[in-house]
Amino acid sequence: MDSFSQLWPILYKALLETVQMVSISIFFAVLLGLPLGILLYITQHPLLFRIKSLNSVLGWVMNIIRSFPFIILIVAIMPFATWLVNDSHGPVFASVALSIAAVPLFARLVESSFNGVKDGVIEACIAGGASIFLIVTDVLLPEAKKSITQAITLTIISIIAFSATAGVVGGGGVGDLAIRYGYYRYDTLTMIVTVVVLIIIVQIVQWVGDRLANRAEDK
Amino acid sequence: MSIKLESVSKTYQLKGRKVEALKETSLEIKSGEIFGLIGYSGAGKSTLVRLINLLEQPTTGSVTVAGEDLTKLTKHELRQKRQKIGMIFQQFNLIESKTVYENIEFVLKASKFDKKNRTARIKELLELVGLGDKAEIKSSNLSGGQKQRVGIARALANDPDILLCDEATSALDPDTTKSILKLLNRINKDLGITIIVITHEMEVIKEIADRVGVMSKGEILEMGHTYDVFSHPKHEITKDFVQEIYNFEVPNQFKATRENQVITIQFLSENAEENYLNKLYRNFDLNISILNGRIEYIKDQPLGFLMFQVTGKEEEINRLKSHIDQTNGIERVGYIG
Repeated sequence: MDSFSQLWPILYKALLETVQMVSISIFFAVLLGLPLGILLYITQHPLLFRIKSLNSVLGWVMNIIRSFPFIILIVAIMPFATWLVNDSHGPVFASVALSIAAVPLFARLVESSFNGVKDGVIEACIAGGASIFLIVTDVLLPEAKKSITQAITLTIISIIAFSATAGVVGGGGVGDLAIRYGYYRYDTLTMIVTVVVLIIIVQIVQWVGDRLANRAEDK
Repeated sequence: MSIKLESVSKTYQLKGRKVEALKETSLEIKSGEIFGLIGYSGAGKSTLVRLINLLEQPTTGSVTVAGEDLTKLTKHELRQKRQKIGMIFQQFNLIESKTVYENIEFVLKASKFDKKNRTARIKELLELVGLGDKAEIKSSNLSGGQKQRVGIARALANDPDILLCDEATSALDPDTTKSILKLLNRINKDLGITIIVITHEMEVIKEIADRVGVMSKGEILEMGHTYDVFSHPKHEITKDFVQEIYNFEVPNQFKATRENQVITIQFLSENAEENYLNKLYRNFDLNISILNGRIEYIKDQPLGFLMFQVTGKEEEINRLKSHIDQTNGIERVGYIG
């Protein structure tokens, strides 16, 4: 591409695709990853709901998903994704793989967020006769609010990075634009612009995330 | 409420090895008393106190609180029972992100305490522990003593019959310790709550414990009324604890001979000390010089120690010793000096 005016419509479309993929994926990452993270935490905690076998199976599944190189994950779950969204390409289709990759990542981050809560505090809550549900909702989550906010930020940024690969299934997005135009076609302008755009997006996400995290703590 | 531990023991599996944290122990704590457990760290007292609210499951034996065997309760029943057994901790264990008010509210939520009356209840509790004006302060901004007061308010929120104190003053300075102990004493007297204190500090035991058990290596070595246990200690560790408060030591350069000895006596009443000493000066042809003397109050009962050096003829020293042994309320202490 020779000029910015030619690039703009393509870039704009790619931006929308990125936003769409990230939004869908972070939604499911939190929706599924948060309960999974809680489950991972309480099933290993001797005072809460320790079930060693369940914890090992869960951890094992999470690790397997996280071991997959993202491009192979996309290919591997293609039939499932096609069945799920009734489509075989596009940003929504790509979001299935992105969500699957993001869920275990976020779940693990949530699990480790709770490690900041001292065992003694949990012991005091148990001694006070609180149920596990009350401890999770009224102690663990509020105490870990800051690090969970940071975990969301980190997951969003990871999804943005993963989404560059989503081009394989026609997912589109800014990262895909950089690879297809900038890399395969030696289009330096597109390459530079898309990389700059990605840098800006990541910076904004991080900045907003930090602000929210600090506010969560100050409350 | 009375607490009865029958042949309880606790064994952990640690890396395939069996660790006996608590040997088979039976113990009964009467309703309304303050029972102390003293021991050095690793003695098993933390494990023992956690059996009372089943934070630890006993490996063998039964735990009966107010006639109910806790090991037989369902999870739900156990939770309700725990609301009637308050507990406070060395590290206070408040929920850091919550205010003082919210920390107490948490246990009221746990017991489904009527929402409309919560504010009044919390206010009442904060008045009781002397923090009436601190409700809206975030708990991480409190001093150690204030945190423990919130811990006490939280532990009392659901009107417990029992309060367990796990090294509750060990992280506090001596003055704050005194004020917290005073508060615990008042709670025991005014509310009739049975209190179990575990500690490694003699200070705590002698201030508040009606009865005491001395623990070491997973067992209770001796147990009885606090004054009796510490005026007539049987085990080395108990003697160490007594020694800790009186802090009597024979001077380094002192060499005992038949004509030159150090004698330590204890007085079981307050005023006897001075008169008695005068009597000794008058009636014995010995040089008596005082090395150390101190009266401590063990649960409001005085226990005085006096250490002196005697020089003179051996027979005269022996006569002095047998005189001491025949006097009521005064005893020679073999283990100091």
